[in-house]
Order: sequence, then C-alpha cells, then structure tokens
Amino acid sequence: MSQVLDSKVPSGDLADKWTQYKFDLKLVNPANRRKFKVIVVGTGLAGSSAAASLAEMGYQVHAFCIHDSPRRAHSIAAQGGINAAKNYKNDGDSVYRLFYDTIKGGDYRSREANVHRLAEVSRNIIDQCVAQGVPFAREYGGLLANRSFGGAQVSRTFYARGQTGQQLLLGAYSALMRQVHTGGVTMHTRQEMLELVTVDGVARGIITRNLITGELERHSADAVLLCTGGYGNVFFLSTNAKASNVTAAWRAHKRGAFFANPCYTQIHPTCIPVSGSHQSKLTLMSESLRNDGRVWVPKKEGDQRKAADIPDAERDYYLERKYPSFGNLVPRDVASRNAKQVCDEGRGVGATGMAVYLDFADAIARDGKAAIAARYGNLFEMYERITDEDPYKVPMRIFPAVHYTMGGLWVDYNLESTVPGLFVLGEANFSDHGANRLGASALMQGLADGYFVVPSTIAAHLAGRTLPPVNPQDPAFAAAENDARERTEKLLSVGGNRSAFEMHRELGQICWDYCGMSRNAQGLQTALGKIRDLREAFWNDLKLPGSGSELNQSLEHAGRVADFMEFAELKVTDALHREESCGGHFREEHQTPENEAKRNDEDFSYVAAWEYEGPGKAETLHKEDLIFDNVKLTTRSYK
Amino acid sequence: MQLTLEIWRQAGPQDKGRFETYQVKASPDMSFLEMLDVLNEDLLAQGKEPVAFDHDCREGICGSCSLVIDGVPHGPKDLTTTCQLHMRSFQEGDRITIEPFRANAFPVHKDLVIDRSAFDRIMQAGGYISVNTGSAPEAHSVPVPKENAEQAMDAAACIGCGACVAACPNAAAMLFTAAKVSQYANLPQGQPERTHRALAMVQQMDAEGFGACTNHYECMGACPKGISVDNIARLNREYLRAESLPELKP
Repeated sequence: MSQVLDSKVPSGDLADKWTQYKFDLKLVNPANRRKFKVIVVGTGLAGSSAAASLAEMGYQVHAFCIHDSPRRAHSIAAQGGINAAKNYKNDGDSVYRLFYDTIKGGDYRSREANVHRLAEVSRNIIDQCVAQGVPFAREYGGLLANRSFGGAQVSRTFYARGQTGQQLLLGAYSALMRQVHTGGVTMHTRQEMLELVTVDGVARGIITRNLITGELERHSADAVLLCTGGYGNVFFLSTNAKASNVTAAWRAHKRGAFFANPCYTQIHPTCIPVSGSHQSKLTLMSESLRNDGRVWVPKKEGDQRKAADIPDAERDYYLERKYPSFGNLVPRDVASRNAKQVCDEGRGVGATGMAVYLDFADAIARDGKAAIAARYGNLFEMYERITDEDPYKVPMRIFPAVHYTMGGLWVDYNLESTVPGLFVLGEANFSDHGANRLGASALMQGLADGYFVVPSTIAAHLAGRTLPPVNPQDPAFAAAENDARERTEKLLSVGGNRSAFEMHRELGQICWDYCGMSRNAQGLQTALGKIRDLREAFWNDLKLPGSGSELNQSLEHAGRVADFMEFAELKVTDALHREESCGGHFREEHQTPENEAKRNDEDFSYVAAWEYEGPGKAETLHKEDLIFDNVKLTTRSYK
Repeated sequence: MQLTLEIWRQAGPQDKGRFETYQVKASPDMSFLEMLDVLNEDLLAQGKEPVAFDHDCREGICGSCSLVIDGVPHGPKDLTTTCQLHMRSFQEGDRITIEPFRANAFPVHKDLVIDRSAFDRIMQAGGYISVNTGSAPEAHSVPVPKENAEQAMDAAACIGCGACVAACPNAAAMLFTAAKVSQYANLPQGQPERTHRALAMVQQMDAEGFGACTNHYECMGACPKGISVDNIARLNREYLRAESLPELKP
C-alpha cells in the first residue's frame, strides 16, 4: 500500500462495513450544522442530490452550475435506467449479486467496500425517487416495472420510458429548488469554477467566472464538493453534452488532488455513426435496444448490398456466435471492441464502413410493430430524425462512441480526495466502476454519492478537523483569483489564426486514434508527441474574439480545451503504463488468442493515482492496491 | 446548400438589437446548430464576433437550445428541438430568420441567449414533493395505477425550454407550470401539497410577468415534447379547487 494513499476502508465484514462505519463516524450536531458552509460545484444527479440533502440537514449550501438552470446538467440525457437490488422480480437478485456483478463488470479494478455500499443504498434511492414523484414505469397492478439491462442476468433496472436520467435529475432538481426556496441553498447559475482555493492544505473555496459579466468571484467555505462529471469530451466527439469538461477536476488536480485511472474510458457500443466532418457530437441509442435488436454484419468483406438483400446465411450475428450465453447483451466494452474488430476486417456497413447493423426485423415479426414501438418508439424517432432512415423498415446502423469515464479524481471511502475538505462525487470520481461500467449504474452511483454517502461522510471532515475561519479577503483567494485572471488574459492575448473548436477536434482525433477502443505502446508514444505539439500550437496560434469581461462563449470553450490539452497527456501516460488489458482499456499487446482482454492481476491490481508535480514535469504515480477479500478474481467470460 | 441567414444580434440587455445578414454553406445532414457552428467558425476567421446561442446536450433533452426560426419556436419540424432539427428540412437558397425566444419574462443576455431563470423560480415556489432524503417509505408501499403513472410521465416529459412561452401571443407560462402541477396531481405522493402547489406556482408565474392563458393552444403546437393542453385544464381545476379553500392560501 502506498504511504500516501489511505483508502480508509473500514474493517469488519463486507456487509456490515457501511452500517458500522456510519455509527463510528463523528456527527455534526444539528444546531451546529448551520455554521458550516458547503460549496457544491455541478448540479447533475450527484450535485443536485448532495446539495439538497445537505441543506435539508441544515448546512448552508452554495451550489454552482455553468448552465442557465441546474436542470440542464447532462445527467438529464441518460436514457436506459437505474439499477437497484430490490429483487422485485423474484429472480434471485440481492445486494450481494449487484455488488458481485458490478465488481466483475468493472473487471476487478474497483474497491470492494465502495461497491458493496453502492449496492446497499441502491434500494434507498428507488424509495427516495418514488416519494419525490419520479414517474417510473409501472405494471398494471400499480407496482414498479423492471427490465434486464446491459449484461445483467436479472431484471433490476428501473426506468421512466427512455428518459430515466431526465426524470431522476428533475427529481433531484425539484428537491434542490425546494431548498433554494427555504433558503438552505444559494444557487449560482452561469458560473464556472476556475480554481480551487486551499488554505493550509485544506480546500476552503473556489474562484468562479460569472459567465454573463466575465467577473471573477471568490467563494469561501468549509468544504468543497466537486460533482462536475467526466472527461469524455477530451475526444471532442462523444455522447457528452457540449459544455461537459474536465476543467474543475483538472484545476483541483493541479492543487493537489490525485487523478486516478484516467485511461479508463467507456466506449458505448450503440451510438449513431459519424456522418461527416461537421459533426459536433454523437448520439447514444440506449442499449436497452440490444434486448430486442440483433447485431450483425455481412460475412463477406466489402459486401455493398442493401441489408434486405443479404440472406440470413450470409449474415454474421457475431455476438450471438461468439458469446452464446450473453449474445447481444454482452457488456459494453466487449460489444464495442467486437464492432471495431468486424469493421477493421472490412465488414462494416453504411457509407463509411464504420458501422454495424442493429436489426429489429425478427423482434417486429415476433412481437409486432406496436410492441416494439411501445418499448423503443422515442428512440426510433430520434434515430430517424438524425439519419433520415426508418428503423422499423431498415436495420439501424450503430457504432461505438465515447460515453462515460470511469477514471476521475481519487477519493477515499469518505469520497474525499487527497486534498482534505475536497470531496468528489459521481462520474467525477473514480471509485465504483473499475475499468468498465455496467449499464444503468451511473445514475445509481451519482445518486448514491449525493443522497446517501456524502451527507454522512462529510462529518468526518467537518467534525473531525479544526477549521479556522476563512474569508474571501485571505491572500490564498487573491492568489488563486490572480491565477485565473492571468490564464484568461493569456488565452485572449495569443492572437493567432486557429480556433479552439478546430484544435479541440484535432485533439479528439489523436485520442480516438491512439487511445480509443484499442491501444498499443507505439501508438501511445506517438500520441504523446502529437499532443505536446498540438498543445504548443494551441498556445501559439489560438484565435479568440472579444474580451474577458462579457459573455464570451469562445473564451469559455478555449479555457476548457486548454485543460483537455494537458489532461490528454496524463490520460495517454496512464494508458501507456498499464501493461494489461482490462475493461475499457484494451492493450493490443495483452490479449488472448481469441482476441479477448488479458488482465494481469499479479502486477496491475491497483488504482493508479497520479500526482501533479508542476508545469512541464512528469506526474508521480501512486498505487492503491486493490484487496479482494470476498470475490475471487476470474477471467471475465460471457461465452 | 447555400443559405442566407437573418440573425438577431444584441450586445447586451440594454442594447436595442437588430437583424444582421449572413451567408453560410451547409449540408443537408447537418443539424441546425452545426450549421451555426460553421457560421461561427467563418465569422471568427473573418475577425467578426461569433453569434452567442445556448445549447448543450444536442439530443433534444436538456432544454438549453431555443431560437425562433422563421417565426416558429424550434423551427418548422413538429416535436423537434432546434438541436435535433436537420438542414434537410430546408431548401437550397433559403433565407432563414433566427431570433431569440421573446417574452418580457425572458430578457436577452446577448444575441440569442436569454434568461429563463423565471422558470426556476416558479419551480421553487412549489414544484416539488417535500420529502427529505432518507425519510421515504418503501417504494412499493404505495401502488400507482399505471394510467396515472403514464399521465404523470406525459406531463413530466417537459424539458423547460420555454418554447410554449415564445409561441404564446400572451407570453404565458401556463403549459410549463401546468405540466409540473399535473405530474404531481396524477400521483398519490403529490396529494398532500396539491393545494399549496397550485396556488404558489400560479402566483409566482404571475409575479414573473408571464401573461394569462386565452386558449390559443400555440404552446402545444410549439412544444417539442408534445405536452398537451389537457394539463392546462387540469391546472385550472387544481387552481379553482385550491381557491375554494381560502384558509389554505399561501
């Protein structure tokens, strides 16, 4: 175990750890809670739920978001569902099974205790959301409906049509709005965090830019919670929203928060393929579609016939062929890698050849068009709007796209980073999904962290440490504000010829080509060189309009791209050092003869946590060994 | 395809604003916002200021994007947000007018970016069920008839974009407010606060300067999520019921 990294995982039986730990934790007396101020950055599932819950307990909460309203956060776009170990289907589900599936699905690269806690509180999340008025799908008897999802062999996924993320976020948002009304939360919209402020090594505030006026603001607090999502937009093209970025996490990293496993990226198998060079983002088609759609490509290379003209005998339903027990429902990393493989073989379909079919013809013949429309109608409409093709008549074309990032800021069992007082929740942390996230687990984790984990564990910091008063006039705030101002001025003063948009696209292409679905040492070395060259070009040739003292969307974007340019190097460095294949990280040098991922538990069963050492210096690797007391590490097989 | 754009430019809330004309080359498989991306890259290259507009998820769910396109909020295609509108809905040589959503309650920040925080304040007034974290009963303890759950979901699909306000000749926010009131009115969990909710949300809606509903139904026509005016009827019933219980007024 590294000297620096203390995971603070409590002792005792796995199933009792969280209960016992909550009892052992210090408490903040209800009368004292109002004396503590907590900053929450980001208002997606993790941020909204944390801000509302902490305010309900009596803390003074200040919540920040970059949008015009907290309801716009990208959690809203999640389609498929949320897992919970309710076992309402009587199909053998349990907390332990959800724990086990999540550990296994993460390819044994996550922490047992965190994952078990996640599975435990999953049940409370559903209770909470139902009580808030989240309109989950129901059966005729009035009880909640479930479906099987994303590689699970039990039906434990709760859903609200294809808009589960929207409904869960609006539930958390409504709880947040209620606290704004009572005065428990002060909401700061259209504010972007540009710096973390530490005083005596403890997180005590943030510097934000008011996106309407351009003014920099200082905000002090007793604890700072980052709930700022993942770094998928380092790839430029992803299913993330356009404003999703790594800036808050990266600035915290540069102030001492270790960054864990940045090479772990989830490439989602069912997205609408890229159509042209103008493309600004990719659109996910919920993987619930794989419950009824069959994935195939022609058996023959370069087969140009229309799908309907290819007889069954000349089609390769490659997932069903290779993985007979899971078939089209293999986990995301396996499905994505196989799609890439058949396209690399020249068997891809569509104009670009970078797509596979997802075919509903058999399901429509079996269940009728009406039944399929009831299940996926909104998704089929979305597909038709974008591609101008009717998936009731011709198979969908899909291809993998960057979707979610399992890596993130390193946190201990309290969700506290290596900077005391800085907590990290949801996709922004690294903690629960290992090297691959299972479907319907992101919503579960975001809400678990916000509703049920941090409201307890924050007391370890607030009651456990002496926190001298700080105010925004302290020199640490002035210094951090100055750093933010200088950075903005530097961006505006480059005076070159290329737009941030164009260079972001170029950075994304490098990451996709060399650090995407499959990676090798030589390619990763190449990527490092290209990223450094591009970063230099960025700071020498950036062209920005306007000033820093107004609404300037080009400036906002350029600041985020500047951070992606730095982050990308760490991501590739991490991918290069991890000499194994696991989950979403596939190293071509490490595969079985059947092209499956080959883990190296002997040497890599650890969390890689990187410490920033200063501009231009190599980051230092710290390792948190992963200890498996309860599950036996096996080769993940879905055959 | 070659297009002529008439775009509303406004430096800030105090500026009077005006239309400016631009030329842009687009392709039919671009989204409308991708077409604006191309325009903004062109403008930047020419040393001109790009057009500010709100957008984020670009999948029609976050509600950030807005725009009145040729006089219609979110443009010509039914049930489609601006970000999901594709250029194949337009013809070579078209002249397209692009304006912000216009309402007194939605002041312009800059160009096409507006302030919709009035919606948040309507929500703050009563758009929630008061249940503190941890205090919820077991999810199955209260069955909800499927029909009610479906109706609640129909109403809950609102993305809070404000197209209903932009389309209404009175700039009313009735459809937005009604959708939230209706979602909770359909659920047993929403009953304890139904009286207060209807009164408080309507009161806030009026305080924000939104107009009154005079049954034009333009809101439903413009709504990218197909939220029905049936919800407005339900809001009116909820409001009348609440009004008849004077002792419960907030």
